[in-house]
Amino acid sequence: MIFPALFFYVFAGVCIAAAVMVIAARNPVHSVLFLILAFVNAAALFILLGAEFLAMILIIVYVGAVLVLFLFVVMMLDVDFAQLRQGFMQYLPIGAFLGGILLIELVLVLITWTIGPDVQRTITTPIPPIASMFNAEALGHVLYTRYVYFFQAAGVVLLVAMIGAIVLTLRHKPHVKRQNIADQIARTRATAIDIVKVRPGQGL
Amino acid sequence: MYYAIVFLPLLGAIIAALIALAGARARYPGGPPDPVDASHAHGALSAPGALATLDVLPSEPQPQPAAGSRSAELVTTVFLFASMLLSWLAFVDVGFGHHDSRAALFPWIISGDVKVDWALRIDALTAVMLVVVTTISAFVHLYSIGYMEEDPFRPRFFSYLSLFTFAMLMLVTADNLVQLFFGWEGVGLMSYLLIGFWYHKPEANAAAIKAFIVNRVGDFGFSLGIFTAFVMTGALDLDTIFAQAPALTGKTIHFLSWDVDALTLMCFLLFMGAMGKSAQFLLHTWLPDAMEGPTPVSALIHAATMVTAGVFMVARLSPLFDLAPTAQAFVTFIGATTAFFAATIALVQNDIKRIIAYSTCSQLGYMFVAMGTGAYSIGMFHLFTHAFFKALLFLGSGSVIIAMHHEQDIRHMGGLKDKLPLTYWTMVMGTLALTGFPLTAGYFSKDAIIAAAYVSANPMALYAFGTTAIAAALTAFYSWRLIFMTFHGSPHDRHHYDAARESPMVMVLPLVFLAAGSIFAGYPFSELFVGHDVKEFFRGSLKFAADNHVLEDFDHIPHLIGMAPTVLMGVGFVIAWEFYIRRPELPVELARQQEPLYKFLLNKWYFDEIYDFLIVRPTLWLARALWKYGDGWTIDGLGPDGVSARVLDVTRSVVRLQTGYLYHYAFAMLIGVAALITWFMFGVRAG
Amino acid sequence: MTIGLGHYLTVAAILFTIGIFGIFLNRKNVIIILMSIELILLAVNVNLVAFSAFLGDLVGQVYALLVLTVAAAEAAIGLAILVAYYRNRGSIAVEDINLMKG
Repeated sequence: MIFPALFFYVFAGVCIAAAVMVIAARNPVHSVLFLILAFVNAAALFILLGAEFLAMILIIVYVGAVLVLFLFVVMMLDVDFAQLRQGFMQYLPIGAFLGGILLIELVLVLITWTIGPDVQRTITTPIPPIASMFNAEALGHVLYTRYVYFFQAAGVVLLVAMIGAIVLTLRHKPHVKRQNIADQIARTRATAIDIVKVRPGQGL
Repeated sequence: MYYAIVFLPLLGAIIAALIALAGARARYPGGPPDPVDASHAHGALSAPGALATLDVLPSEPQPQPAAGSRSAELVTTVFLFASMLLSWLAFVDVGFGHHDSRAALFPWIISGDVKVDWALRIDALTAVMLVVVTTISAFVHLYSIGYMEEDPFRPRFFSYLSLFTFAMLMLVTADNLVQLFFGWEGVGLMSYLLIGFWYHKPEANAAAIKAFIVNRVGDFGFSLGIFTAFVMTGALDLDTIFAQAPALTGKTIHFLSWDVDALTLMCFLLFMGAMGKSAQFLLHTWLPDAMEGPTPVSALIHAATMVTAGVFMVARLSPLFDLAPTAQAFVTFIGATTAFFAATIALVQNDIKRIIAYSTCSQLGYMFVAMGTGAYSIGMFHLFTHAFFKALLFLGSGSVIIAMHHEQDIRHMGGLKDKLPLTYWTMVMGTLALTGFPLTAGYFSKDAIIAAAYVSANPMALYAFGTTAIAAALTAFYSWRLIFMTFHGSPHDRHHYDAARESPMVMVLPLVFLAAGSIFAGYPFSELFVGHDVKEFFRGSLKFAADNHVLEDFDHIPHLIGMAPTVLMGVGFVIAWEFYIRRPELPVELARQQEPLYKFLLNKWYFDEIYDFLIVRPTLWLARALWKYGDGWTIDGLGPDGVSARVLDVTRSVVRLQTGYLYHYAFAMLIGVAALITWFMFGVRAG
Repeated sequence: MTIGLGHYLTVAAILFTIGIFGIFLNRKNVIIILMSIELILLAVNVNLVAFSAFLGDLVGQVYALLVLTVAAAEAAIGLAILVAYYRNRGSIAVEDINLMKG
């Protein structure tokens, strides 16, 4: 009986603690690892909520790809240990104050709200009971039919991101030989062949 | 005919001006050169030839006179002579033929109650002034052809002379106060331009500005007088004002929180203008400095015409002045004081032109004495005769100056009567007339004034009589002093003396004519001006008050009093003879013994210094303060400079927000979000 | 006790503020900023899924999926920019990135 609650508190607590450590860790690699931890715990929270597909996607895509990419970059850039203290303390009071205000307001708002009685009518896509189909199948029913445009758009976004990443970071090394198709096709007889009279024994 | 008299000079002025402009364009085809600094002008004299070189840098050649210079001279002079002949015709016509007229030109101002037309009013007074102005002007034009021979800017000079004559003619033919004021200001402007004709000389510039500004003080009073006239009578043309004047006696006007008698105030303010224009006591400081201008200018403007404009104005407005006895007393007082005070200063001056200038100042005082006693015709008579002999004296001194190659200090002259005989004799005749030698023109007019002062009922009359009589003696003394030191004795400057020769005929001819006028302008006209025909001659143009018996009485004064001016003149002559012919060491001795008095007179009663201390310095201080602090500090500081400085300050502090650090910007956004949410939660109450 | 919607929303809120903190409290390097952004997006996702679960509406999860996609794309591009910047500047310390200083 207490297990749902216990699990919730455990996962939520670890998630929050890990998030704090993300910004507090001195070593950036540690920061990334703590972020991975935070995400894993968040995935667990998702499972508690019944969105297991999303939880798995979180782990596979986000943790497995994006955060690993973060790790790659951190290690590639050879960032050294930074001093945490300097500057941190200067802004801590005002930052804490502002953050505290924000947090309190958020919590106030969220807790005192109640769900309206007629919100049931506004539900566009009711979740089918778990007995009939799993979460993934339910999502699939909806995603490829009603939200296909968004789905395709998301694909395009990813494509653009991929191309963008390449465009931003690709460097041509000066001495690497590569093909320039346009030059090859635009070759004329004058540029291609050079007839030289070679005397025997002289060479070029 | 009257249009011709008035507008011929204007036409001549325009033609000469066009020639001058064409000459200037030919001289500098690409536009004027950079101004030459004043250091080139030091040590220069007030003479035409020396100054011609001041226009250019020492390395440049003499500027070329304008191509049409000769025609400019001739055209303007011929026009003036035509105007003069027509004026004499008009004099006969109006004076004896009684053909007063009013020649309307065209309307000028029509604005509410103010209705002012351009019109020429021709009556006897006007005719007298026309004759005076055109005659003197014509002879001055002729004289200037010789005097300004070497000056490359002749067309401009002749244009200014003719333009001045035009303005003066507008003044004397004015039918309303505004037109009179137009002429008034016009002559003031031309005086400025002519005094500062050699504008590269800083002294000339300063003198021109001084003349204009001091005149302006008088003009301020004059304008206030015109305004008072308009307020009291509702009209500006002279006929209406004169018609309404008797009804104004006893009326008061609220002025500067007092209730003063309207007519007295009006006449007093109008006389302030005359004080400025005619260089009377307190507003006289500009006249001696005005001698920086060329001598023909001094002859025309500061002897015969412009300075007499004040006298003419009082005569023209005689109906008003007759109704304000307090103002008349003031006029007499000022006139008498000026007559005495200017004569004392002339006793010790050493510049030939300045002596004559102070003499003019003194004689103008005489005219105002006559005006103040109500004997307007006597004053006009003296104006008439004085124009002749004073212009003669100025032109003669110009001849001397040219002969002595621009030397003006009489201490450096001497013994010139053999070298310049014509000049000498004409100047002697002028001096005789000035001092009132019997049977010369001056005798009739000047002695008439002194006699009128004796018999007048004016409160200031006795004071006027005393001062004018003493001034007569002083006049004789300084006039003969001038003659003796210039023409008699042994020459002090051998070099200049040897080079001196008589002036060309074109300069001597006017001298001869004016000398004739000095002698013969007296007796023939005395009946008209001061004798039994006076009322018929002047008719409505001058006011003859019913209870004013000056004109009748002055003939019948005790014999001794009548002889007094002549006796005093003789005394002055004898003392001058003693001092400068018989025992020349006497004046030097006297000056050394009476050093403070001598210095006091030499420095013109320290008026310039007093004015400088009391008025000029505080005004300059105030102007500087207003400029630096009022305009500079306050307006510029609060306005453009202040705004721009504040903008810079604000931007300088605001720019510190742009640190370039992204997380600062994110922080700012966070603050904004927090503020918005707080406001939404606690401020906006969703109904 | 029953874990209600509010608990999940509170967790999301706390994660959100920690992410905000991370953006301007860090002085070390720019990667921390990127990671803080990931945290913020995570908080949003938790919010969406929580609402989806408690309202019984599948839209929330669909939307969370899309957010996830976009977050991944944005992280990739952000890192690419970072790498390019590092190559040009030689440093990713936050204090050195002030070219926009006015």
